[in-house]
Amino acid sequence: MYADLITFFTTNWLGMAIVMLAQCLAVTVPLLVAVAYMTYVDRKVWASIQLRRGPNVVGPFGLLQPFADGLKLVLKETIVPSSANGVLFIIAPMIAFMTALVAWAVVPFDDGWVIADINVGILYLFAISSLGVYGIIIAGWASNSKYAFLGALRSAAQMVSYEVSIGFVLITVLLCVGSLNLSQVVLAQSGWFWNWFWLPLLPMFVIFFISALAETNRTPFDLPMSEAELVAGFHTEYSAMTFGLFFLGEYANMILLSALGAVLFLGGWHSPIPYAPFTLVPGVVWFALKIAFLLFIFSWTKGTLPRYRYDQLMRLGWKVFLPVSLGWVVLTAAVLTFGGWLPKP
Amino acid sequence: MSDVEIKTLTMNFGPQHPAAHGVLRLVVEMDGEIVERCDPHIGLLHRGTEKLIEYKSYLQAVPYFDRLDYVSPMNQEHAYALAVEKLLGIEAPERGQYIRVLFSEITRILNHLLNVTTFAMDVGALTPPLWGFEQRELLMEYYEQVSGSRMHAAYFRPGGVHQDLPAGMLDSMEGWIKQFYPFMKDIESLLNENRIFRQRTVDIGIVSADQALDWGFSGPLIRASGLPWDLRKSQPYDVYDRMDFDIPVGKTGDCYARYLVRIEEMYQSTRIMEQCIAALRKVGGPVRVDDRKISPPRRGEMKDSMEALIHHFKLYTEGYKVPAGETYTAVEAPKGEFGVYLVSDGTNKPYRCKIRAPGFPHLQALEMMTKGHQLADMSANIGSLDIVFGEIDR
Repeated sequence: MYADLITFFTTNWLGMAIVMLAQCLAVTVPLLVAVAYMTYVDRKVWASIQLRRGPNVVGPFGLLQPFADGLKLVLKETIVPSSANGVLFIIAPMIAFMTALVAWAVVPFDDGWVIADINVGILYLFAISSLGVYGIIIAGWASNSKYAFLGALRSAAQMVSYEVSIGFVLITVLLCVGSLNLSQVVLAQSGWFWNWFWLPLLPMFVIFFISALAETNRTPFDLPMSEAELVAGFHTEYSAMTFGLFFLGEYANMILLSALGAVLFLGGWHSPIPYAPFTLVPGVVWFALKIAFLLFIFSWTKGTLPRYRYDQLMRLGWKVFLPVSLGWVVLTAAVLTFGGWLPKP
Repeated sequence: MSDVEIKTLTMNFGPQHPAAHGVLRLVVEMDGEIVERCDPHIGLLHRGTEKLIEYKSYLQAVPYFDRLDYVSPMNQEHAYALAVEKLLGIEAPERGQYIRVLFSEITRILNHLLNVTTFAMDVGALTPPLWGFEQRELLMEYYEQVSGSRMHAAYFRPGGVHQDLPAGMLDSMEGWIKQFYPFMKDIESLLNENRIFRQRTVDIGIVSADQALDWGFSGPLIRASGLPWDLRKSQPYDVYDRMDFDIPVGKTGDCYARYLVRIEEMYQSTRIMEQCIAALRKVGGPVRVDDRKISPPRRGEMKDSMEALIHHFKLYTEGYKVPAGETYTAVEAPKGEFGVYLVSDGTNKPYRCKIRAPGFPHLQALEMMTKGHQLADMSANIGSLDIVFGEIDR
C-alpha cells in the first residue's frame, strides 16, 4: 500500500503535480502570512521610532490589523482610469506580485527544504528579480498619468542600476562557493558565525543590503513613490486589490531579498554557534530569525533616513557601488586564485 | 525626423498634493526631471479677509489674524494689536507686553518646529514631524490655558492681552524649556550631519543677498542669505528692546542655511522666553490698559457698577471709535515681516486693512530658486520657503 503511494507520488505525473502543488502552497501560504505580518511589524517598528503606538485597535495589540487592511483592499472597487490601457493596467500588478512569489522556488529554508534545488539558483533569482521591473514600468505606462509615468521611469532606472551591483555581489559569493546552487552556498558557510560570508565579504554585504533597499524601493531609495514629488509614484492611479498586489509584492520582495541576504551572507539555516543547544533549534527557525533581523533594519532605515534625489541615487549606484563591487570581485578572485583557496569542483 | 519638436512635460503639481503645503498649485514645465518653469497659481484659499475686516469692529477683527497664517497666529494678532494701539495712542501695560513677547516667541517655536520638521518630510525623513508635533502639542496647551483655544487664540487684543496667565504656568514653561533642549539635540542629530539630508539641502535653491532684497524677502529667509535683518532688533516693539538675544545669520542662502537659521532661532526664542518668565515673576500689574473706553471691565465689576455694564455693552456691540489716521505696523513674525496697514476714518470699523504677508513675496521667488533644479529640489524649496496659504491667499 505505502509502496504504491510512494510510486504514485514519485513517478505518476498526477502524483508529482499534487506534490508540487502542496510544496508551492507550503511556501506561499506562510509567505503571505509573513508578508501580512511584515506590514504590521513594519508599522510597529516605525511607530516606536516615531514615539507612536502603531496599529493597536483591531484585535489584541492590533494583531488583526493586516487582515482588516487586506479585507478592505479586497472589498473596495477596482477603479480603472478612463484614459488608462485597461488590460495592461490590470496585468501590471499581477506581474509585480507573481515575480515576487515565484522567486521563492529556489530559496532553501533548511537542509533539503527547497522546492526546486536547481543548480542555477542564483541566476534564476537574478532573472526573476529583473522581471519585476516590468510590472512597475507597465503600471506606470498603462496608468496614463504623469506622476505614475515619472515614477515608473525612475523605478525602472533605479532597479536596473542596482541590479548591476547586486550581480557583482552575487559573483563574489559564488566565487567563494564554487556553485550557483543556493543550498551549496549555505553549506559552504557551516561552522561558527564568523565563518559566514558577512565577515570575509563585509563590504559586499553592506553593498548588498543597500542595493536591496534600492531594489525594493525602500527609504532612502523610495523615489518611485516619493510622496513629496510624485504623490505615490507608479501606483498613483491604483486602488483596491490592484494596489494591494503591488503592496504585497513589494513586501514579498523585501522578504525575498532579506532571505537572499541570509542565504548569501548570514549562513542560511545554520545556527550561529555550532554546538548542542543551538543546533537543536530547527534550521528554518534560524533562517526566519535572520530574515527578521534584516527586515528590522529595513524598517529602521525607513524611520531614520531622508530620501535621495534621483541623480544622487544614480551617482551612488554607478559611480560608487559599481566600481567598488567590481573591484572586490577582482580582489576576491585574485585572493582565491593566488592563495590557493579556490573551491574544488 | 529632423523637425521633431521636443516638448516639455507639463505637470500639474497640486492643489491636492502631499508636498503642496496646503493648496499650492504649481504648473510645472519639466525637461525630464529638470524644472524649466514653475508657475504658482494662488487664490484657492482666498476668503476676503481684508474686506471682511472692513465690516467688523476693531475688536472683532482680531480673530481674522489667527486664520491668516494658522501656524503662527499670535504674532499676527500682535501686529494688528500694535497697529490699533498706535492709532489709539495707547500702550499696553508692562506685564501685558511681557506676556505678548513670551507668547510671540512660543508662537515662533511652534511655527519653526512645524516648518523644520515638515521640511525634513519634504526631503523624505518621516520621523521628525511626529517628534515635533509632540512638542507643538505641549506648546499649544499653553495657548489653550490662556485663551481656551489651541490655535485660533484671539488672545492679544488692542491694549494688552485678554487675561492674565493662569497660576503655575511660568513654572510649567520653565520645565518645558528644560526638556526642549534634549529634544532639539535629537532632531539635530537626526538631520544636521545626515549625509543624505545635506545632499538634499546644501546648495539647493541658493538666494544671494541681493536677490533676497530684490524679491522682498524677510525673516529667516533673508537672514539665511546673510543679511542680519530682524524687526525685533531694528525697530523693537513691546519689550523686545529689553531682551538679550542673537540673530542667527546664514552664509550660503541655500535650503540648509534656512534650516539652520530656523533651528538656531528656536534656541534664541527659548532664551527670550526665559527672560520673559524671569521678568513676569517680578512685574505685576494689569495685563491690558485700564481704560474702560477700550478694554472691557471685569465681570465682577459689572455686577455692581452701572457704568461698567454700560461700558461692556458698548464695547461688545458698537466697539470703540479709533481716531482718524493711518499706520503701517510690522512685526517680526516667524515667517518674516508681517505688516498691517490700517486706515481709520474715525469710526468704529477700519476703513481699510491691508495685510502684508511674508509668504507672498517668498512664494514669488520659488521659480527663481527652482529653475534648473530637479523636481525633487522643488519640494525642498517649497519646504524651506515656509509658506502657508492662509496668509498668501488671505
